[in-house]
Amino acid sequence: MREVGDLVLGNLTKRYGGFTAVEALDLTVPQGSFFALLGPSGCGKTTTLRMVAGLETPTAGSVRLGDDDITALKPYRRPVNTVFQSYALFPHLTVHDNVAFGPRRQGKKELKAEVARVLELVELGDLARRKPAQLSGGQQQRVALARALINQPQVLLLDEPLGALDLKLRRTMQLELKRIQTDVGITFVHVTHDQEEAMTMADTVAVMNQGRIEQLGPPEQLYDLPSTTFVANFLGRSNLLAGSVTSSGADGVWVKVDGAEVRAPRARASAAEGEVWVGVRPEKVHLRTPGEETPAAMNTLRGGTVSDVGFVGVSTEYIVTTTAGHDLMVFEQNHTSERRFRPGDEVDLHWSPDHTFLLDAAQDAKAGTEIEGA
Amino acid sequence: MPVVPPVDTPDAPATPEVRRRGLGGYFLLMPGGVWLALFFLVPTVTLVATSLYDPSGSLELGYQMTWHWQNYPDAISGYSSQIVRSLVYALIATVGCLVLGYPLAYAIAFKAGRWKNLMLVAVIAPFFTSFLVRTLSWQYLLADNEWLVSTLRNIGLIGADTHLINTPFSVVAGLTYNFLPFFVLPLYASLEKIDQRLVEAAEDLYASPFTAFRKVTLPLSMPGLVAGTLLTFIPAAGDYINAELLGSPTTRMVGNEIQDLFYAGDYPAASALSVSLMVAIVVMVAIYVRRSGTEDLV
Amino acid sequence: MRGALDWLGRHLVLIIGLLVLLYMALPVFVVVLMSFNAPASRNSYTFDGFTLHNWTNICEPYQLCSSVSLSLQIALLATLLATLLGTLMAFAMVRHRFRGRSSASVFIFLPMATPEIVLGSSLLALFVSAGLAGQLGFWTIFVAHVMFCLSFVVVTVKARLAGMDPRLEQAAADLYANEWHTFWRVSFPLVFPGILSAALLSFSLSFDDFIITNLNAGQEVTFPMFVWGAATKGIPPQINVIGTIMFVLALTIVVVGELGSRRRVRPA
Repeated sequence: MREVGDLVLGNLTKRYGGFTAVEALDLTVPQGSFFALLGPSGCGKTTTLRMVAGLETPTAGSVRLGDDDITALKPYRRPVNTVFQSYALFPHLTVHDNVAFGPRRQGKKELKAEVARVLELVELGDLARRKPAQLSGGQQQRVALARALINQPQVLLLDEPLGALDLKLRRTMQLELKRIQTDVGITFVHVTHDQEEAMTMADTVAVMNQGRIEQLGPPEQLYDLPSTTFVANFLGRSNLLAGSVTSSGADGVWVKVDGAEVRAPRARASAAEGEVWVGVRPEKVHLRTPGEETPAAMNTLRGGTVSDVGFVGVSTEYIVTTTAGHDLMVFEQNHTSERRFRPGDEVDLHWSPDHTFLLDAAQDAKAGTEIEGA
Repeated sequence: MPVVPPVDTPDAPATPEVRRRGLGGYFLLMPGGVWLALFFLVPTVTLVATSLYDPSGSLELGYQMTWHWQNYPDAISGYSSQIVRSLVYALIATVGCLVLGYPLAYAIAFKAGRWKNLMLVAVIAPFFTSFLVRTLSWQYLLADNEWLVSTLRNIGLIGADTHLINTPFSVVAGLTYNFLPFFVLPLYASLEKIDQRLVEAAEDLYASPFTAFRKVTLPLSMPGLVAGTLLTFIPAAGDYINAELLGSPTTRMVGNEIQDLFYAGDYPAASALSVSLMVAIVVMVAIYVRRSGTEDLV
Repeated sequence: MRGALDWLGRHLVLIIGLLVLLYMALPVFVVVLMSFNAPASRNSYTFDGFTLHNWTNICEPYQLCSSVSLSLQIALLATLLATLLGTLMAFAMVRHRFRGRSSASVFIFLPMATPEIVLGSSLLALFVSAGLAGQLGFWTIFVAHVMFCLSFVVVTVKARLAGMDPRLEQAAADLYANEWHTFWRVSFPLVFPGILSAALLSFSLSFDDFIITNLNAGQEVTFPMFVWGAATKGIPPQINVIGTIMFVLALTIVVVGELGSRRRVRPA
């Protein structure tokens, strides 16, 4: 089973009694890519991963690797390896024996050189004789990685592997993992709830929510043009204003919102009639003092009031209340050190139609905004 | 780790529970399960059956099953004082184990530091000299003309005429002594699992060390405490070795009587007395467990 | 003075604990002491004089050594079987899901919570009803011992197994280990200390048992039965020699095991 191929999930479903963890998932992970499954806890991403590993049996659907249907195969028969969230290193074995475990089960004998090579790859060369209990969190994580990589699987599954590390180490490891993946060329499927992590590392991101994929594509695409409110809110932050479509034509879709008319190109409108959410990312919105000239062809809202100002170092975050009483988030990069606006100031807002996206008003504007566990 | 305590109190493991479905469990359970069914369950039924045999039978002539319920009132009334005495001695011994055992378990769990394992070994080690041999030692220690009693008499703690041996005191002391490890080890297992940060949190919230103990440590140690008291009280109630070696004819426990009845060949009476003891214990235990609120012990 | 009282207060519980340990060890000192005793008469159980005679003539009293040998044989066999069956049961209880698991749990706990006199008498009742009254002996004792050791083994191994991360078994499966390999190379090594403890516990319980054995032994005499008999006829000091030997042996095993595990933790 050594021919490589794409990982294809077909109609993959997992139900526990009355609860559906994963619902009819269709997904293709191209061979050799770094793929991220992103979503809040409980969205089904880990369950999906475990079904690919063989640690959970699907209720329905299939898992195919290249030409082979591996759905019914036991985990030890799949050319797939997992880096567990808790690392799951064998406490009674040394680092060397942990890493050599997989190859040994497959009958390989002379392993010293191979183990040394893989440990070099994860930069743990001289720790082969130690036991897991004697390693730091970051070192344990690398052993877990080496232990999986040495088997040269067709797909490497990573279940939130960086969750237990502190911030700085996490950043370092993100770059490390990306480097290793590029060097080794294996398909990586990385499960995480950290949207920054997913966007940094992955070629393709699938955003999952309640057992379903909300949107799939390159990180830039997902960020630039979210197709659901969930993605708009979960990936970065979005402003969503309620509006109704007035007309739709070759120049775009016109929407009446908060007393003004704004435009979005046809290609950026998931919904083009009736009630819609007008979406724009906070960093794409500009503030002007009232009466100032605004560039032509911009979507403009006048008469807003600054209600909150937050200094974040690199940028300043404003909350502006429109004439209709809606709050908009605006992020401005701090080009100068001077305070631009204060609470109570009147401001005009404008942004480009090319940064606008329209979504069906039937969707929940609060989807994806909840803080996990709060 | 050294010898693991004989009974561990159950707690949900910190790691997620993963179980295989299907029939594998039954296959693994079967050999041992069959053994227990055959040699524990069936005998219990047989015991109850035997207790209803006609008392006029014997080993040589055989027994008749006549549903002779009268065996029970006969047994209970005939040996009521021994039954009550057994339960009372067992109760006092359990309290004794509590008084001696809780500080010990607590000390090992929280105050022992690197001596923890050594202390645990010290708890179990005396257990390795035979039960009977140890009890005989107490016969020696508590004897009238030996140094312990002489010293106590000289200090004036006990009168010149009071004996320690062959008294209820020596029997209860023996029971307490012999069952102490069974009390300490489950209790220790429970105490060990308690997160010390909870106690710190309590003290941060203005609780004195004693209050923190009362409100945090003690309730959290309940599963181990309950297990320990059960593993002490129940065997103690049925014991007769201590009564025989350290007691006198006036301290006979129900175990002595059952043993003698079997020797005499009076199987129905012996069985009826045995079952009665069991019922008395079960009733007391049920009330106790219900009140302390820990249903799931293993 | 203040400092001393403070120290006392902080260490009070520890001191009490140590005193209790001393109390528990007291009879052991007596046993060891008495093993060197030269009794003045058959019935005296006081320390009359020091001698090594008991240690050099251990088998002098009639039936002493045969009873010890019998107890050892039964303990060994019963431990083997009880540990095997009990370990299987522990795995079933912890790693498998099936209907009636909690009832099985209670059922396994019951023998531990039954007074020995009841366990012993019910077994005797069974043997008698089955017409085996004349066949009481080695195998009836063996059967009884396996029965009451089972529960202790299950509970001990269960405790160790439950503390073992089940994700390790998943990791093994992910790394090409089939069910047998996973058990043999991951689960078993990690559970082994628990199995060993269970075996040691089972051996002690079996060797030491009196009440159940006494009722079901027929003509056979185990070591505890010998001591019991001697208590009325006259206690040979060699009993304390046996007691001391068992104590030292078991202590050695436990301490060696402890040191062994300590050494494994030290960095290579």
